[in-house]
Amino acid sequence: MSTIKGRIHSVETFGALDGPGVRYLLFLQGCPLQCLYCHNPDSWDPKDGQVRTVEEVFADIQRYRSFLSGGVTLSGGEPLMQPEFCEALFTLCREHGIHTALDTAGSLPLSVCKEAVDLADLILLDLKAMDPDDCKRLTGRDNHNAISLLDYREASNMPVWVRHVLVPGITLKEEKLREMANFLKGYTCVQRVELLPFHKMGEYKWEQLGRPYTLTDTPQPTREEVARAKAIFRDAELPIPS
Amino acid sequence: MSFKTGTWNNTIDVRNFINKNYTPYDGDDSFLTPPTERTKQLWEEVSSLMKKETAVGGVLDIDASTISDIDAYQPGYIDKERETIVGLQTDAPLKRAIMPFGGIRMVRTSLKNYNREMDPEVEKVFQYRKTHNDGVFDVYTDEMKRARNNGIITGLPDAYGRGRIIGDYRRVALYGVDYLIEQKKKSLQDYSYEVMDEASIRHREEISDQIKALHQLKAMAASYGFDISQPAQDTKEAIQWLYFGYLAAVKEQNGAAMSLGRVSTFLDIYAEKDLQEGRYTEEEIQEFVDHFVMKLRMVRFLRTPSYDELFSGDPTWVTESIGGMSTDGRHMVTKMSYRFLHTLVNLGPAPEPNMTVLWSRRLPQNFKNFCARLSIETSSIQYESDSLMRRKFGDDYAIACCVSAMRVGKQMQFFGARANLAKALLYAINGGRDEKTGDQVGPELLAVRGKYLDYDDVMKKFSAILDWLSKLYMNTLNVIHYMHDKYCYERIQMALHDEEIVRTEACGIAGLSVVADSLSAIKYAKVRPIRDERDIVVDFEIEGDYPKFGNNDPRVDSIAVDVVKTFMQKLRRQRTYRGAIATQSVLTITSNVVYGKKTGSTPDGRKLGEPFAPGANPMHGRDENGCVASMMSVAKLPYDYSEDGISYTFSIVPDALGREEEDKTKNLASLLDGYFGEGGHHINVNVLNRDVLLDAMDHPEKYPQLTIRVSGYAVNFIKLTREQQMDVINRTFHTRF
Repeated sequence: MSTIKGRIHSVETFGALDGPGVRYLLFLQGCPLQCLYCHNPDSWDPKDGQVRTVEEVFADIQRYRSFLSGGVTLSGGEPLMQPEFCEALFTLCREHGIHTALDTAGSLPLSVCKEAVDLADLILLDLKAMDPDDCKRLTGRDNHNAISLLDYREASNMPVWVRHVLVPGITLKEEKLREMANFLKGYTCVQRVELLPFHKMGEYKWEQLGRPYTLTDTPQPTREEVARAKAIFRDAELPIPS
Repeated sequence: MSFKTGTWNNTIDVRNFINKNYTPYDGDDSFLTPPTERTKQLWEEVSSLMKKETAVGGVLDIDASTISDIDAYQPGYIDKERETIVGLQTDAPLKRAIMPFGGIRMVRTSLKNYNREMDPEVEKVFQYRKTHNDGVFDVYTDEMKRARNNGIITGLPDAYGRGRIIGDYRRVALYGVDYLIEQKKKSLQDYSYEVMDEASIRHREEISDQIKALHQLKAMAASYGFDISQPAQDTKEAIQWLYFGYLAAVKEQNGAAMSLGRVSTFLDIYAEKDLQEGRYTEEEIQEFVDHFVMKLRMVRFLRTPSYDELFSGDPTWVTESIGGMSTDGRHMVTKMSYRFLHTLVNLGPAPEPNMTVLWSRRLPQNFKNFCARLSIETSSIQYESDSLMRRKFGDDYAIACCVSAMRVGKQMQFFGARANLAKALLYAINGGRDEKTGDQVGPELLAVRGKYLDYDDVMKKFSAILDWLSKLYMNTLNVIHYMHDKYCYERIQMALHDEEIVRTEACGIAGLSVVADSLSAIKYAKVRPIRDERDIVVDFEIEGDYPKFGNNDPRVDSIAVDVVKTFMQKLRRQRTYRGAIATQSVLTITSNVVYGKKTGSTPDGRKLGEPFAPGANPMHGRDENGCVASMMSVAKLPYDYSEDGISYTFSIVPDALGREEEDKTKNLASLLDGYFGEGGHHINVNVLNRDVLLDAMDHPEKYPQLTIRVSGYAVNFIKLTREQQMDVINRTFHTRF
């Protein structure tokens, strides 16, 4: 009997946006990144959250089986901060035929989380930016771990959905989007690209935590801007939902 | 028209006719047709009348000098040239009738409210004629009046029509009125009795009244130029005949809910024949349905402001039950099921008629997707578990009002509104005294003592209060329904029933989640009562956290289940009027707000005057694990102990259902499969638009569990500050991306 425990931020029993179908979403506590636009800054502190064993979590998932047309998605925070937990939970899910998805920014070296990555039927990879300096500015770290993760999935022929947040003035620039599209074009493992318009719904959480929010004056992308961004990826023949 | 024959040819048996003749439809919605020019013009006229009605304060016109009856008015039209289905409640569209037999006072108050006066001739009649309301108050005991005034039993139909009776309007179309009269006469002759006692006398008098009403129905139809003495011959006639039956009912009764029944699949049999034989085209058939539904949307009753406060939005509950499965294993979805729902597109969304889909996992996927898509577009459909109800009511039941299932033409209910269980819990704590008025309403028990509430002690006292309440409640209903039968009998609706019927006495409870959470708080946290100078507990301090209903947590969900079971068991012990079967519902509609207003602070942390959650919903903001967890809690409530229905309201913004339209539809359909698979009985699906969110800012109680999601982010809307809410609204209904 394993006694692997995880730190849990929260549970969403009806997740319809993070992977295919209706999914059980488990938000894990702790994140090494500090993205400027983060809408869950309350999930950063790795010492916070509720401690639960893998068995407890899985038993809870089991109760919702009849609803889960999709499966289970681990999100966060950065779920890969707790690789043993991810690995153990995904192992149980797979034993029971439940589809597994991992919503990650790939912010940890593959060496510490390879097993968990292997057990994910689908990776939702949040690619923050192509340019390492942009990445540092946005998240506090560069993106080489994320790229390695993508390479690894390509090599092991396992699917990835790439997600990218469109932030006006930072990532929402034609040349930057084109660069990303050209880069992704070479990956056959990328089954979908989801462009997520920046929003400020998390701003109040920053206020509650007493952290300074720097994007107050950044506007949200317009419908046209989003459409144009999508067109860039579509032109690169990347699978992008309408 | 020639149909497959069966027992329906020898005796009144509409179910048998349907079962022998209907054609299940597995295809998609591509056969549906848009509104005809005539429909558009007609709907334009109706819409502008409705706008005018709103503009002048909610009531367009009142006929204050005619006592409404089946044949009391000259025929009325919207636009005679364009209407394919005719008939109005009075002689002009949206003109309201007075129906004083339920209670003359209510009519007087309503008229006064709209600056009208009752015709002296009408006044004069009621100097000599007693009403239902008069009768009830002649008999009410002081204890009943106290319970009513303090709001522990509320919404009682003691001053208005009880409703929740569904005439089998299909019989008019299938048999023609002459046959129905003949059958009633025959049953009167055949009626055997030993002693001409009260029951026999009443039975004979009622059937005689029913026969008179059937004659009036024929006369009313004749005034529109139709002879409905014989069966309908095609789709148009079937709809028209059936509608005349329904129209007679809404001319005779101002019932709280005047539901239509289960007519669409019945009507499809005529439509299939007409299409086959080339009598009508699909466009023409849809036009009849559109015009029929238009009429149903125009049903109006004259009601008082206090009634409207309880049930906002001028509701009539013209409920039509659609779909479901046949007991022989075939599904009962037909093209007509689609056509009825399609009126939400052709005429735009509307709360009436109250479209109710009887859901089963085995319904065709095409139909499920069609419903889910319409729900997302219009929020105008409610869903109920056919599997649960078919087990009890067979395959020819329909829903009265919101959640009350009954076999059509074979069963009726004595509507009993509801008891406020949250207040009952406070009575247990305060020794039977009302926490607001201080009146000794309940039995004089020993009030709770000590610094903290003790779970076992409170439970013992609560049980004693429920013993008292269940008895008083049922006795009060007995008075009401005796008098309603006597002074305000539903002649035409009962004429469209069998002679021997099943009756239920349908009680109800309000404040279930408040009670469950309160008891959970007492059990798992520490609750300190705060007393005022009257020595009445008026507030509570909670130390620590406790499990809350709506999180799929067995510790508290089991308390909610027990409360439902306990009260039902106590109700079953009571003696009912006319041997009715006692049932209950967990349903408040919109009255949860008024009940909350009348109830002091509760041990769960809810403050004096704050609204309850609607129906069986978890308290708003307390369900933290997403909607599936919330649904699972509600689905545990036992239908066997709440056979009159368990209502759950579900609100979601479209974007939370999925990223693409197709995903949204699929996910909603699978959510419904899951909920009903878990044993859920009823669900209102609100897919919210911007206006609704704006309303939610002012009335959070109406939108429990309103979650806004944008990929990985979730927030309960009603917990945000006003400013944040505005933010979300601006963001969710993106004009921006």
